[in-house]
Amino acid sequence: MEAAAGGGCGSGPSLLLSDGEQQCYSELFARCVGAASGGQGPGPAEAARVASGTASAAAGPVADLFRASQLPAETLHQITELCGAKRVGYFGPTQFYVALKLIAAAQSGLPVRIESIKCELPLPRFMMSKNDGEMRFGNPAELHGSKVQIPYLTTEKNSFKRMDDEEKQQETQSPTMSPLASPPSSPPHYQRVPLSHGYSKLRSSMEQMHPVPYEGRQPLVQPEGTSFGVSGAKPLRHQASLIRSFSVERELQDNNSNYPDEPWRITEEQREYYINQFRSLQPDPSSFISGSVAKNFFTKSKLSIPELSYIWELSDADCDGALTLPEFCAAFHLIVARKNGYPLPEGLPPTLQPEYLQAAFPKPKWECALFDSYSESMLTNQQACDLNGMEKTSVKDMADFPAPTQDVTGDDKQALKSTLTEALPKDVPEDPATPKDSNSLKARPRSRSYSSTSIEEAMKRGEDPPTPPPRPQKTHSRASSLDLNKVFQPSVPATKSGLLPPPPALPPRPCPSQPEQVSEAELPPQLNRAPSQAAESSPAKKDVSYSQPPSKPIRRKFRPENQSTESQEPSTAVGGPASGATVKPHPTVQKQSSKQKKAIQTAIRKNKEANAVLARLNSELQQQLKEVHQERIALENQLEQLRPVTVL
Amino acid sequence: MENELKFHYMVHTSLDVVDEKISAMGKALVDQRELYLGLLYPTEDYKVYGYVTNSKVKFVMVVDSSNTALRDNEIRSMFRKLHNSYTDVMCNPFYNPGDRIQSRVFDNMVTSMMIQVC
Repeated sequence: MEAAAGGGCGSGPSLLLSDGEQQCYSELFARCVGAASGGQGPGPAEAARVASGTASAAAGPVADLFRASQLPAETLHQITELCGAKRVGYFGPTQFYVALKLIAAAQSGLPVRIESIKCELPLPRFMMSKNDGEMRFGNPAELHGSKVQIPYLTTEKNSFKRMDDEEKQQETQSPTMSPLASPPSSPPHYQRVPLSHGYSKLRSSMEQMHPVPYEGRQPLVQPEGTSFGVSGAKPLRHQASLIRSFSVERELQDNNSNYPDEPWRITEEQREYYINQFRSLQPDPSSFISGSVAKNFFTKSKLSIPELSYIWELSDADCDGALTLPEFCAAFHLIVARKNGYPLPEGLPPTLQPEYLQAAFPKPKWECALFDSYSESMLTNQQACDLNGMEKTSVKDMADFPAPTQDVTGDDKQALKSTLTEALPKDVPEDPATPKDSNSLKARPRSRSYSSTSIEEAMKRGEDPPTPPPRPQKTHSRASSLDLNKVFQPSVPATKSGLLPPPPALPPRPCPSQPEQVSEAELPPQLNRAPSQAAESSPAKKDVSYSQPPSKPIRRKFRPENQSTESQEPSTAVGGPASGATVKPHPTVQKQSSKQKKAIQTAIRKNKEANAVLARLNSELQQQLKEVHQERIALENQLEQLRPVTVL
Repeated sequence: MENELKFHYMVHTSLDVVDEKISAMGKALVDQRELYLGLLYPTEDYKVYGYVTNSKVKFVMVVDSSNTALRDNEIRSMFRKLHNSYTDVMCNPFYNPGDRIQSRVFDNMVTSMMIQVC
């Protein structure tokens, strides 16, 4: 690259770089870019994908490098501002070179100004300590035994060149070695510097870096830590996470989850929440939510319609206008991420693909209807074991952050998960919640940076509107006006369990049906009469019950002491037959104790009431059916009339 | 910018031709009507093709006359793809019929189709 390249790259002050400087800077830049895209593996290929055309270095390795220059944080801050990285939002070649020049200037004692770089300057010095970031840049302390000497080009060149060779070896090992080497004391200081450069810069760089990690596979390193591209905050987390929970990560390195796209991974708690929300909209987890239902639900999240439209486009993979459970979870997750400030991806991330989600949702978990038994099902389910283990430890990693990094304010990924841990412990069963509760308390102060769109609010907003409709199982699906539960509750539960299955189970009753239809009003007086008549007509009723079709075998269970004949009696419980029954003396009846009679009488009464209600219901439904028929006929007529018109 | 206006004008005038074609079907039932309307309006610079769906949504395509390699089949297939993408857009419950289509998938499809042709 020629010196002209510095100016040719576009914005920023024009640079005049000497040959040596050119070389060093380009090497450093390449290293930063290489590290940005993951270090080992196809560096150039990855770099090519980063940002349109010109490569740009991720903030993480650049920050490492800057810190290695031993300059105070404020100076580095100034430098980043001056070089224009803040303005454009990323470290392009120009910005990087300018920054390096400024570092050199600062190290030589000159004030940090644009003018300083106009004069000839020594090369910037980068102090190599055993910190893991700097390992990438080699360790001249090993080479030279001391700080790298300032000026002159030849020595610098040599040192850099030698570092290069070393680094090439080291780089291949660095991802695995870095966790080993990093001392725990560095992260706090470490974190502060890059973050103070402004989360906004990193965020704007996210737009470009997004496409990168989706292809990247990081088999060696913990997936959640290493994709430098996805968010600028990630490399920082990477350092800290590697440092903090090194041992945990080592075990997880061979996981099946190789996707480095952290914010698009759904954690267990999130998934459970989404499943719950899905159930509130659609009780059957294996069927769809229709478009309009989903639209109403997602509109409550207060995102703009174009964004929601885009999210729908991403998540409805088969474009059928309905969301299955994996599609719904993907959509919900995207909404949640968007509310937390993540820009929407260009394409559906691999962890949100329906196939992936479906694999992650093993069938047994769905069939286990109770949300509370989630933890057990997770533990027993082998498929989900790895995922679970990884998720739990990853959340644990997350939760471990708050302790050392008190001054982290801009880490949105942490905020996402921490606010999740805040909000979700309410939902999540005790088991996974307990380790997180204590950590979530620590995490609370940090989530303020994201307060405007914290997931907690989003979820609360999501929670408030979609209050689950009353489950239809216990009520008649069509008779919303009649609350059969209220009717049945005061009665003896044992007998009522037989009535809970929907009324169509009631067989038609030829004898009592006529009086029922004729006068429902007669029933209450009949019911009143029933107890008084019970003693006298109980034999009669029982006999009548013989003529009734035996309808409720279930009820027989609850009459163990009674003989089968007597158990049929509650099933009929109609006032009508009392009048028209043939009287046959039944020897066994007379032997009943009064207690049993009373029980029978109450049962009869309740059943009569139930019958009355059902009869009323039946008539109402018949009415509705007639009306609907008429409407249909009217519509068909209209259609016929309109038909010739439409053909023009 | 000027070109855009010109195209808009052309499409607008071709709408009349579309209506004419539809009405020319007469009293035939809707099912029998062809969706592809064919060449509507050849000018010296451009050719205009039309397509109408069963719900009376009209697609109008303006093609450069110099592009003689374009055959009828290709135009038909292009319209079919357009129709499919349009139904996908419709499936999105957040899309109000009549709005300007802002779907990225749709735009990508259209762009790729146009690039293919050119």
